[in-house]
Order: sequence, then C-alpha cells, then structure tokens
Amino acid sequence: MATRILTSRWTKVAVFLACLQPVVALGWRAWRQDLGANPLELITHATGDWTLRFLLLTLAVTPLRELAGVPQLIRFRRMLGLFAFFYGSLHLLTYVWFDKFFDVHEMLSDIAKRPFITVGFGGLLLMLPLAVTSTAGWIRRLGGRRWQLLHRLIYFSGLAGVIHYYWLVKSDIRLPAAYGALLLSLLGYRLFVFAAKKRAAVQAIARPDRQARVSA
Amino acid sequence: MQIPYSQVTPQRDYLELSRRRFIFRSMAAAAGALVLPQLLTGSGVKLNGVVKSSYRVDDKMTPYDVVTGYNNFYEFGTSKDQPAKLAQKLQTSPWTVSIEGEVVKPRTLDLDQVMKLAPLEERVYRHRCVEGWSIVVPWIGFSLSTILKQVEPTSKAKYVAFQSSYDKKTMLGSFQAGIEFPYVEGLRLDEAMHPLALLCVGLYGESLPNQNGAPLRLVVPWKYGFKSIKSVVKIRFMEKQPPTTWNLSAPSEYGFYSNVNPEVDHPRWSQAKERRLGEFLKRPTLKFNGYGDQVATLYNGMDLRRYN
Repeated sequence: MATRILTSRWTKVAVFLACLQPVVALGWRAWRQDLGANPLELITHATGDWTLRFLLLTLAVTPLRELAGVPQLIRFRRMLGLFAFFYGSLHLLTYVWFDKFFDVHEMLSDIAKRPFITVGFGGLLLMLPLAVTSTAGWIRRLGGRRWQLLHRLIYFSGLAGVIHYYWLVKSDIRLPAAYGALLLSLLGYRLFVFAAKKRAAVQAIARPDRQARVSA
Repeated sequence: MQIPYSQVTPQRDYLELSRRRFIFRSMAAAAGALVLPQLLTGSGVKLNGVVKSSYRVDDKMTPYDVVTGYNNFYEFGTSKDQPAKLAQKLQTSPWTVSIEGEVVKPRTLDLDQVMKLAPLEERVYRHRCVEGWSIVVPWIGFSLSTILKQVEPTSKAKYVAFQSSYDKKTMLGSFQAGIEFPYVEGLRLDEAMHPLALLCVGLYGESLPNQNGAPLRLVVPWKYGFKSIKSVVKIRFMEKQPPTTWNLSAPSEYGFYSNVNPEVDHPRWSQAKERRLGEFLKRPTLKFNGYGDQVATLYNGMDLRRYN
C-alpha cells in the first residue's frame, strides 16, 4: 500500500502542488494586501526561508531512503531540488527588484562588499548548473559518475545558505543555528556512510582470501 | 393573537437560559472590573491637554497600526510582530523611575509625577532603524532635559546612562535574544540636554502601547532607533561613557554614538537608503536623519566614521 502511494503518479502531482503552496500563499496574501507593515521584507524572508527548507528537504532524501527503507523517495528528489532553485530565484528577484530596483552598480558593490550577500549569491549560483543538468538527458550526457560528482555542489549551496542566514541576523541566532544543525547532521550522515564504505573496502583489500571465499 | 403551544418556551428552558445569561453577565462584569482599572492607568489611554509642538516634520505620518504592530523590542521576541502580542505581559503600573549617580538630589519619581513635570507636547519625528527601515511618528512627551534638571547634576556628570525594565518571568532571556538584559543605553550629557531629545509617554494622542516601550521611553530622532531605549526605570549620571547594549553585543557593528549617517555603512549592509514603511521605493537616508541643522554642532571636530 505504502509503496503504491509512493510510486503513484498522483502522489507526484500532490507533492508538486504542496511545494507550490508557499508561493501561492504569498501571492494570496499580496492580493489581499495582507503582507504586514513591511511587505517586501516579508517576501524576502519567506522566499529565503523556503529556499533553505527545500535545500534541506532535498538533502534529506538520501538518508531517509536508506534509514527508513523507502528507496522510492528518489522520485521526488529532483522536484525538491528544483523547488529550492525556484524559491532561491524568487529570493534573488526580490532583492534585485524590491531592494535594489535593478541598480546593477549597487548590486555589484553589495556582492563585493557584503560577505552575507556574497555567500548567498554564491550559493544560488552553484545551484544553477544543477538545475540545468537535472534532466535525464544530461545525466546520460555527463555519465552517472560525473553527474553525481557535479551534483554534490548542493552541499556547498546548503552551507552557503546557512552561513548567509547566520551572517544576516542581528543577534538571535536560534533559527540559523537550528538550520545549521540539521544541515550538519544530513552532511554528517553522508560522511559516516562514506567512511564506513571506505573501511569495508580497505578490509576487503587487506583480507582478499575472505572476499574470495565469500564470492566463491 | 394565538400562539401555538408548540412555540412557547417551556418554563424549565426559560429559567435555564436566564440563569446562563445571568452567569455570563456576571462573569463579564467581573472581568470588566478587573480590566478597567488597568485600562485607565495602562497603555492606549487618551492623553489630555497635549499641545502641538513646532517640532514636526512634514513627512506623511506612518499609520498607527504599523507603528504599533512592527516593533523591535527584544525583551518580548526578536521578530517584528511578537512584541505587539507578548508585551501585553509588561506591568506598567505602578511604575517608578530613579534618577541617580553624579547628582546633588537623587530622586525617584512615579509616572504621575513625571507627567506633571511639564506640559505634554506632540512632536512628529522621523525614526530610522539601523536595519534600514523608517517610520514617522507623532510622539507625546517633553524634552528629556526637563527631567534631568530635576536632580541637579554635579560638575562630574559627563554622560547619562539609561536602563530598561527587566523581568525574567515575562521577558526573553539573554540567551534567546542574543543581547544582554537589562537593556542599557547612554548619551553624552550635551546630547541628553538637547531639546530634540524627547522623554516620551505616548503616541498618536494616547499613552504608549506596551510594545512601543510603555510607559516611559526615550526618543532621540537623529540617532538609530536602538538608542531610543524603551520602558525606562533608571537614569544615571556618570563621569565615564556608559556601556550600551548593542555595542556590548557587537562592538564592530554598533558604536556608542550611532548617529544616523548615510556615509557610514553598517559592516554588513549599506546605510545610504531606507525603506519608509508603506512606501515601495527606497528613499535616501539623511545625515542625522535630517536633523543636522539642530544637532550637527554637537559633533564639531569629531570624525564621525570613528565615533560611529
């Protein structure tokens, strides 16, 4: 039953609509002029928050598949990653439009002078090649191994996102710290698995007789 | 007129209803009796005899809902909408403020005594937050110098320190807010004595709402908003420059003076422009928040980049 739900086409549609919910809610509130005293700040924060959340969701797919034994979750990973890029682009657009009013000179000096903007911009830029090469065609063209290597850039996007947030708050670091802890545990899991595999490989080389016996 | 028996309320139900009504009404009355005295002495009460001061900018005033719904008051939450809810826990009555330190006659005044020191004036000031947004507010109060003169500062007094109320039970801890409490601020004596520096007890014709720093706060319009300390309980004259909360928290980002200055950026963002709440386009920030004519002489010969 669970498997059928996870593999159903309609589940994908439902997840897609759920991922759209934050931007629909923002649009609805904007339409009703219900965005509070500082609407542009609210939009900036909401789009930034959702970028980070989708990055973390994307990074959570692999550990969840392995730990909870639901390999079917892979079907949603590309979509979650693309939504991270979507919200990140909206976040950048709010900055370019509502904060800088397309003043290129000012934006360039911001990117050069303000570390938190530099890092945030860098994190989003790293997501661009991932979004472009997210199709099956690109996986084929690059080859699975190289594609996977390239897509590890998301680790750096996640780190950049958390640092961007941490550098931007004035004093209350509770939220960025929570995102940071979540990110580190997701990356830590991968490091752990990597180390375990390496150890297993080393042992296999050290005792080839055992391996031979097993495979015999 | 004939009423069918089926439409008559049985006596049992009628009595039940009226009993309920009685209980509800007496509950409402009891609640009213509890709340009413607070309303009379607390926040949001119309202030009488307020005279319009000539200290008023022509800028369009920021709507009441924005002024009272978008606040930085870290004791009651670090997001802008939290203080409006959480600051309702602030006990503003009884309230006293003690004035002490390098003075001949230290005094402790309650709020009534403070209100009687001088006629209340309405002053419309620009208010610029260090974060890059601004509002225009019709504050009510009188010059800070009025209260400072009450205690006769000694010749040693060079600075004035201010302290906010702090109650662990109803406010955030320092760890949560990321800044030390109680909140402290300070001014140089000549800054504090400047007529523009306002001891504020109200806004928009009424006593200060809790989230705006009830019942007594400072408004120093040529400095970034965090200098305008809220809910003041202590004023202390000092010989040395007093510590200030944001400077203690991040010395490289917030100086003691913190005059509004578009030429001196915050290390993490530009101060050249600001978003006036309610406006779409950002507007250029004015030096000393537009009060340069009145206050620039206070800083003659000072490097404002160094003394930021």
